[in-house]
Amino acid sequence: MFSESVLKTIFGRLSLESFPIHEPILVATFIGVVVLGLGILGAVTKYKLWGYLWTEWFTSVDHKKIGIMYMILGVIMLLRGFADAIMMRAQQALSFGANEGYLNAHHFDQVFTAHGTIMIFFVAIPLVVGIVNYVMPLQIGARDVAFPFLNNFSFWLTVAGAMLVMVSLFVGEFSRGGWLNYVPVTNLQNSPDTGPDYYLWALQIAGVGTTLSGINMVVTIIKMRAPGMTMMKMPVFVWTALCSNVLVIAIFPILTAAFAMLMLDRYAGFNFFTNDLGGNPMMYWNLVWIWGHPEVYVLILPAFGIYSEITSTFTGKRLFGYSSMVYATVVITILSFLVWLHHFFTMGSGASVNSFFGIATMVISIPTGAKIFNWLFTMYRGQIRFELPMQWVVAFLLTFVVGGMTGVMLAIPPADFVLHNSLFLVAHFHNVIIGGVVFALFAAIDYWFPKAFGFKLDPFWGRIHFWGWVIGYWVAWTPMYVAGLMGVTRRLRHLDDATLQPLYIIAGIGVAIIAIGIGAFLIQLIVSVINRDKLRVGNDPWGGRTLEWATSSPPPNYNFAFTPVVHELDAWHDMKERGAKTPNGGYLPIHMPRNTGAGVILSGLAMVLGFAMVWYIWWLAAVAFVGIIAVSIGHTFNYNRDYHIPAEEVAETERAAAVAGA
Amino acid sequence: MTTQAQPAYAGNHSAGDDGTQPPIFYETEAHEHDHSSGGTMLGFWIYLMSDALIFATLFATYGVMSTSYAGGPAPSQIFALPLVALNTAMLLISSITCGMGMIAMEEGKKGATQLWFAITFLFGAAFVGIELYEFAELIHEGATPMRSGFLSAFFTLVGTHGLHVTVGLIWILVMLVQIQQRGLVPENRRRMMCLSMFWHLLDVVWIGVFTFVYLLGVLR
Repeated sequence: MFSESVLKTIFGRLSLESFPIHEPILVATFIGVVVLGLGILGAVTKYKLWGYLWTEWFTSVDHKKIGIMYMILGVIMLLRGFADAIMMRAQQALSFGANEGYLNAHHFDQVFTAHGTIMIFFVAIPLVVGIVNYVMPLQIGARDVAFPFLNNFSFWLTVAGAMLVMVSLFVGEFSRGGWLNYVPVTNLQNSPDTGPDYYLWALQIAGVGTTLSGINMVVTIIKMRAPGMTMMKMPVFVWTALCSNVLVIAIFPILTAAFAMLMLDRYAGFNFFTNDLGGNPMMYWNLVWIWGHPEVYVLILPAFGIYSEITSTFTGKRLFGYSSMVYATVVITILSFLVWLHHFFTMGSGASVNSFFGIATMVISIPTGAKIFNWLFTMYRGQIRFELPMQWVVAFLLTFVVGGMTGVMLAIPPADFVLHNSLFLVAHFHNVIIGGVVFALFAAIDYWFPKAFGFKLDPFWGRIHFWGWVIGYWVAWTPMYVAGLMGVTRRLRHLDDATLQPLYIIAGIGVAIIAIGIGAFLIQLIVSVINRDKLRVGNDPWGGRTLEWATSSPPPNYNFAFTPVVHELDAWHDMKERGAKTPNGGYLPIHMPRNTGAGVILSGLAMVLGFAMVWYIWWLAAVAFVGIIAVSIGHTFNYNRDYHIPAEEVAETERAAAVAGA
Repeated sequence: MTTQAQPAYAGNHSAGDDGTQPPIFYETEAHEHDHSSGGTMLGFWIYLMSDALIFATLFATYGVMSTSYAGGPAPSQIFALPLVALNTAMLLISSITCGMGMIAMEEGKKGATQLWFAITFLFGAAFVGIELYEFAELIHEGATPMRSGFLSAFFTLVGTHGLHVTVGLIWILVMLVQIQQRGLVPENRRRMMCLSMFWHLLDVVWIGVFTFVYLLGVLR
């Protein structure tokens, strides 16, 4: 027989009660996940794919494969985050008057926290990073990123963070403190459970990955551009990726430090954000929002880059006002640092401080407005081809402008005192994030999918996907604007005023329409893979203008057999105009980085460390920590990190690609 | 803005591409693009800046909480300046010996490089030892990090710096072994460059800690 203390030593605070067997919703979900998971694992084992997955994907340092893996992670997590959204919408549509709905408050609070956390950290960030990872090195004519191993490691750290969030669904519980894990709710005395700890460890681990990825991308853009590509000849998407990743490097350390302080509060009894002994909860809010506001620009800037590339391609013109676009991007990057306090004008920092931050916030609408006009002027008198990616651009222009204007309304401190924490605010940021970031990501998937796989996505299901999202967004969020203006606050599980119920029911219908869109997206992927031979296209299916269209689809692992030389902005368009010929002989050996499993192993250990710390299993945490250090040091003793692809192999690959592309 | 209506690129080629000679669109000559070394240096610089931002956040937090004594001890009651001065000397000397080690490395002297870095290790270890002694004394006196917001911020800022020095110490040991194994090969030189930048940054941060935490704290 084990005594209590032995069990505690082995399992920490993990016990049978940690498993939510009394929650039917979670048990059903768990069974579903287990069945699906076993099915996938079984299929992989049956078809003997483990070796293939390990050598070709998991350990790959190829930026294209890592980019695709980021996209897969983002789409999977989107389904989880959207499931949370459906649960919230259903609860709020039902829970009026005597009806308490089907979620208790404890569970509902976890659902809205998980929804926000997942959608930003494990959907939006992975999808944006994935697109940047895939497209940016191709656009600058590089063969890989500056630090290929680091790229793989960053990806797996993000996966480790996502896994921890997923584990919290079935083992213990997740935070109830909102998507930024606010104190004082998440102070130890108010949340002694595992929720905030899961949140903190998941995001610390994923955050390290994001920071390293940011450094990697910035160095790649600065150091590895093709000859002739000066800064002002970089595609706009590369510029926005640069600014976005500079922001990542500048803000994630702040988040890391803030989370570390909250961890010290919770684990070691420090007094940073406590309510007594000199702690200061508002400092946490300041720190997380110094991260949080620039973070939305980390997401939206690459989205702007995507819209720019697509607008220019599908109007058949160079982008209107390239340099103003670049300057607007840089100005937004800088201004994004000067506005964080608008997230809590109600803190009471006084009229002068609030005025400064209010005005700084409104100023951001100037460069953003300039961008909107640039896209409109690019389309003006262009030969617009209204294909899927371009449809997203138009939907974005119409949707995002409304979100931008409600943002300026919220930037007015006196108005914000009324609208703070209301559904109006929630509608505003869903308006800009769905209408800005999410639409861009889908546009990017439609646009660059043929580059990555050699065939287009099915346009019919793509249209249903498109209309589902666009109509669904407006049906779901317009009523929330209305409710918010009438003073309904966010994160409510239950309302007494039954006159508001129609608004929530309409919003619920909206989310059902979005569900049709998401379903159509998945069907679109499946149908396209099945019909891939019919949908197969050449290397440059859209009449592209930038260098990613200069190589084969899918590109070989070295990207370009011969590094392109850039003379103009829109380098590929210039090459086509002037009849540039790709050499078809005289190949040279190509210097490439070797795959490595160190990233997977380190991230796995990081996840174990996080899990052990969440459950106070100190021995396991110590083992994992020592393991991380040992593997890291061991990895530095590996000096054999690169190799040359022989010229004959390059020649063979190029011949095969020429046949396939013809 | 009428130019936008014209077909793109009409008469828009930059100087040097004026059509007298067909422009080159692909690099067909063999020249090895060695991005790795310069890229690593830039990448490591950027990493150091991001690390500096962690310290900046901790400094700012300390600034906010530096008077949140909550009835507990104030800086002038607990800081032992002579001890901190000794500690500062240890770290500054270690930076000089680190610099000497880098000079030896540039001259290709393997043994001298290892010797200077072994000395750097000793000074760094002395620094960490003295800091731990200081912390132990403070905790013994009841000035624990749990006692007040001020002490939480103090221990976290100084402790994070000490943790960085400890990582630097482990790194020095690893490099001593790797130099022993492979000599001053380009990979090792690159790593030593990064290590020395890391070490000097910790020096810079410490000067900030010494000035803003200890000196200003005792004045207050």
